[in-house]
Order: sequence, then C-alpha cells, then structure tokens
Amino acid sequence: MTAATSPAPNEAALRAAGRRESLTLGALAAPGLALIGIVALAPIAWLFWLSVRKGDAYTLEHYVRLLHPNYMLSLQTTFELSVLVTVICVLLGYPLAYLIAQARERTASILLLFVLFPVWTSLLVRCYAWLVLLQRRGLINTWLTDIGLIDAPLRLVHNFTGTTIGMVHIMLPFMVLPLYATMRAIPRDYLRAAANLGATPSQAFRDVYVPLSMPGLAAGIIIVFILCLGFYVTPALLGGGRVMMWSMQIERHVTYHADWGAASALGVVLLAMALAIFWAVGRVIGFDRILGGR
Amino acid sequence: MRDHDPSSQPAHGTAAGAGALPIAISRVSKAYGAFKALDDVSLDVARGEFLTLLGPSGSGKTTLLMVLAGFQRPDSGRIAFGSDDITLAPPHKRGVGMVFQNYALFPHMTVAGNLAYPLKLRGVGRGEIETRVARALDMVQLQGLGERQVDQLSGGQRQRVALARAIIFEPRILLMDEPLSALDKKLREEMQIEVRHLHQRLGMTTVYVTHDQREALTMSDRIAVIDKGRFRQIGAPREIYERPVDRFIAAFIGESSFLPATLRDGEAALGGQPLKLATRPAPMEAPLLVLRPEKLRILAPGEDGTALNLLRGRVAELVYQGESTLLHVDLDGGTRIAVRQAASAAAPPLPTPGGAVILGLAPADTILVSDTP
Repeated sequence: MTAATSPAPNEAALRAAGRRESLTLGALAAPGLALIGIVALAPIAWLFWLSVRKGDAYTLEHYVRLLHPNYMLSLQTTFELSVLVTVICVLLGYPLAYLIAQARERTASILLLFVLFPVWTSLLVRCYAWLVLLQRRGLINTWLTDIGLIDAPLRLVHNFTGTTIGMVHIMLPFMVLPLYATMRAIPRDYLRAAANLGATPSQAFRDVYVPLSMPGLAAGIIIVFILCLGFYVTPALLGGGRVMMWSMQIERHVTYHADWGAASALGVVLLAMALAIFWAVGRVIGFDRILGGR
Repeated sequence: MRDHDPSSQPAHGTAAGAGALPIAISRVSKAYGAFKALDDVSLDVARGEFLTLLGPSGSGKTTLLMVLAGFQRPDSGRIAFGSDDITLAPPHKRGVGMVFQNYALFPHMTVAGNLAYPLKLRGVGRGEIETRVARALDMVQLQGLGERQVDQLSGGQRQRVALARAIIFEPRILLMDEPLSALDKKLREEMQIEVRHLHQRLGMTTVYVTHDQREALTMSDRIAVIDKGRFRQIGAPREIYERPVDRFIAAFIGESSFLPATLRDGEAALGGQPLKLATRPAPMEAPLLVLRPEKLRILAPGEDGTALNLLRGRVAELVYQGESTLLHVDLDGGTRIAVRQAASAAAPPLPTPGGAVILGLAPADTILVSDTP
C-alpha cells in the first residue's frame, strides 16, 4: 500500500465514467419527466394562476363567490354522494374481493373478468343501460309491478338514488382491484399461524386478515372517493338535474358563462379536497403502505 | 443459553417432559391427485421426545407436519395426542405450538403483540400477559425488543420471536417446519444448539422437519427418514448414520460411495477378497459396501494393515478444504471414491496426485447395505 493518500491514477477516469452514466440515465428519464411536467404539472399551475386572476389583476373574488349557498349545497351534495358511494363500494367490494382472492386461480380469473368487463364498456352505454333499467316504465319497475310487490312505480332514477346506483356500479372495480391485489398477496401462513395460536376462523379473519388487507382498502377508498368527487357523466344523466355536483358547476361556468376564473377556482377546490382525503387516509393507514411501500 | 431464575423454569432432566404429550400417528395417508404425499405411515413419538422428519423435498415430511397441525386433513388414518384422537380437530383446538418456515410473524403487530396474541385468545389477564411476554423475550435473549416492529428485526431475531411465540402458551407439543433454513450457516448452527437446549429445558414433545441431514443429526433424539411418502428408517442419529438399512439412507445421510460386494453364508467378500466385519451381517440381496470418506485411512508406507480391510488405488485429485483435505481416489476396480484426511500435524503426509495409495477400513466401520429395494 504505497499510495494510500494520493489518488490512484485511474480515479479521475472512474469518476468521469460515473458522471457519464448519470447523464445518460438522466437523458433517458428526460422524456418521461418532460411529459409529466407538460401534461400534469403545467396545467395545474395554470389552473391556479387563472383562479386568482381577474382581467389584469390578482383577486380572491372567485373563491369568495364559492361561499354562496348555491355552491355550498353543491359541495354538500358532492361530498354526501361521494361518501355514500364509497361506503357502498366498500361493503360490496370487500366480500367480492375476498371471494376472488380465496378462489382457485382459474375461477379467480373468470371472476376478475366479470369485474373488469364493465370497465371496458363505454361509460355512456352503462349509464343509459341503467336508465333503461331504472326509469318509471323501466324493467325493474315493470317487474316489481307485475309480481305485485308495488302498486306505483318507484322513483329510482333522475334523483340521488339513481345517481348512487349508477356510480356504485361504475366505481366498484376500482375498489375491488386494489383490494384483490392486496388480499392475494397475504400469505396463507399468517392465517395458519393465527389458527395454530388458537384463533377461530372468524378471529383470525378479524385480527390478521382485515388488518393486512388495509392498504388495499385504503387505496380503493382513495381512488373511489376522489373519482366520485370529480364525477360528471353519471350524475348528469341519472341525476335528472336534481343532483348538482361540483363538476357540473365547473361545466356551467365554462360552457354557459365562459368564466374561466370561477371554473378554475372550483377546480382548485376539488383538487384540494382530493389531496385532503389522501392525506386523511394516509394519516390513518400510513402513506408508505398506500403507495405500495410494503 | 444464559442462566435464568430456576424457580420460573422447569427443572432439567427429570421434570422435563412431564407436561408433554406423546403423539401417535397410525396408518395416515394423504394423496394429491395421483401423487401420494403420505402412504400409510405410522409413527409413535414419545412424551418429550425430539423427533426429526428428514427427507428430500417432496418426500412428504411437510405434509405430515401439516396433518399434525391440522392444516391438512388426511385421506385416512388417525392422529392422537396423548389419549385424545385429534384427527378431526380444527387447528385452533389442537393447542400445538408451531414455528413456520418463514416464521409467519404478523407484520402489523409489534414483537410483544405477536407474543401476546395467543395469550389474548386464551383470555389471559393483561398483567400476566406482560409478565409472560417479558419472560419469553428473556428466554430467547431478546430482552427489551418487545416494542420493535417485526420488519425491524434481523433474520435470527425473527427466528427467536417465532420460537417464543410458539411456546409462550405452553403447548405440550411443538412442531417446527424447517425453521432454520433461512438463516446463514453460522447462525443456523448456533440456533440448532439453542433450540436443543430450549427443548431440554421445556421438554415438550417436538416434531422437527428438515432436509438438512447434519441438522437432523445434531438436534434429534430420533430421526425418521422419509421418502416418497413412506418412512425408510427410524432411529437414533448414530444408528441412522452408522447402521443405514439401505443404499438410500446411506447415500442421503453423509457422503457415501458404494462398491458391490457378495454375501454367502454370512461371509462377505469384495472382488473375491473376504471382508472383515465386526458383526455377522444379516442376509440381503445385492449387498453394497458403504465407503464414507472419513472412515477410510491412508496407510503409511510399510504400515501393517492386516487387521483392516484394504483397498488399493491411485490419487486422482487433492481438494484442500481447511479443516481437512479431500482426496479423490481411483480404486483399482475403476470406481472413484472420496477419502477425507483431517488437517493435523499428526496426520501422515498426503500422497501426491497420481501416486498409489493403500486405504484401510476398520472392520467396525465396514458396513454392508442392500441396494435400494
């Protein structure tokens, strides 16, 4: 070891090679980063900018206007519908995902296909299909009348009920898929260990399976809730004008009033709500678990 | 193991095993389609015994353990713990401790939470749970790690937690499914001794599954060698190693080479030369002479080998392995065998490759086995 302190002759060359490698990797990542910047970040920044502009001046006017009862009611409707749809999706999706996760490989893929099939169908087609089923002289009301369960047709559509039914149908796959992925990855040995330690099947399910499926549940809740917040088509078609969602307010401002400032403020509020939900769930479950850390 | 307060532990020797239950496995079969994982096996494990199920992968050893734990239902046969037939009992009612191959520690609970879980299920009071968790952590030398998350532990520590969790509710039978296979060699050997000591102290009847023959020899009171769903030999480690019943056992446990021998009227011969044996061999078909590398000795030039069975050959290769040197020797008959010579200043100088050697085998080490039936 003669030259322990002075650099070895090839040190500079090695450092240069390392730098070159970093540059190459950076260059390879650049298109992706640029795309994210242009497609995602830039529009959001622009949205913020629009929401605080009026003419040539900065203003908070657009936000102040949102305090009007009309908007507050819309916010409440949006929130209530999103919570309700998310809760129903959890209640329906958890057992469904559990069933698929427990099934044999082949059965599981067939069941998953059934879950995915609606996703591949046009959103509009599905909404009109629900309209056919739920309307006053629709299939469901006709059947119920025919078998004598009801005298007058139920008001199943063009209201909150119809919107909820339609949205649950559309959102369910987004709950089932992350739940299924998490459940499938829960090793059998955990449940065996619980049983071995003295847990009945229901105790093992409650104490071990449910906690371990939490990341999937959290991911499902976040996806469904956030999609619900900004949903437009289904409430517009099945709500019959009675369900005034936040997204419709945005549409109204853009289409009827061409008021981009107000629409942007509405958009910013929607984004803030989505982030708030993500933060709240993350606080409970742990961000690293939602983001797939472990 | 560290010393512990003797009042809190069962005494050595005599008391050990008093609370343990014997296991009776009778005529158990289990098939997966056409594959017979267990083919009519019967085995009695004595109260407090440490029995190892040793076999290659797919031999049925894990299936038998799963049947004992209640995770697999046999197609036929009975299992009894003590006087209770538990063949149909669900796993949570069997009261056996189990250490899983990958530990199966609950990742959403702390170390203490994992240890407390079986006690909570049994309705043990909060204060007593704390005492017993602390004592269990102490027993596996993890004092003060109770609040750690499982993923903050090293492999060896997880192993200890898994062991502590399996014994904290004082089961009278302990099942272990290759519990040390994920550890590196040095740690594995330490844990082998530790598990053995723990068993001596607590004395529960233990069924241990491994595919590692050295581990089985180190730890067990008895070894049951299993292959293709059947027991091939059941006996004490020394018996299994020194007196294998057939070629399969001799090849699976330890390194062995085989030479065809003949056996007529109790007289064995190898290539026409009579073999000196310590005991009169039982009649067998297609007898083979078992040659273990460490049993063969290289005779010094001019040494008298009349009391030994002698083999002549040429050294093909020398492999230095630190504590010993392995010599590959081509016997005059053409068979290549291995000879191990311990690295010691007292040992005779090693021959050179290509040199002729005479190997001596003591009559007590001269074992004949039948070719695998």
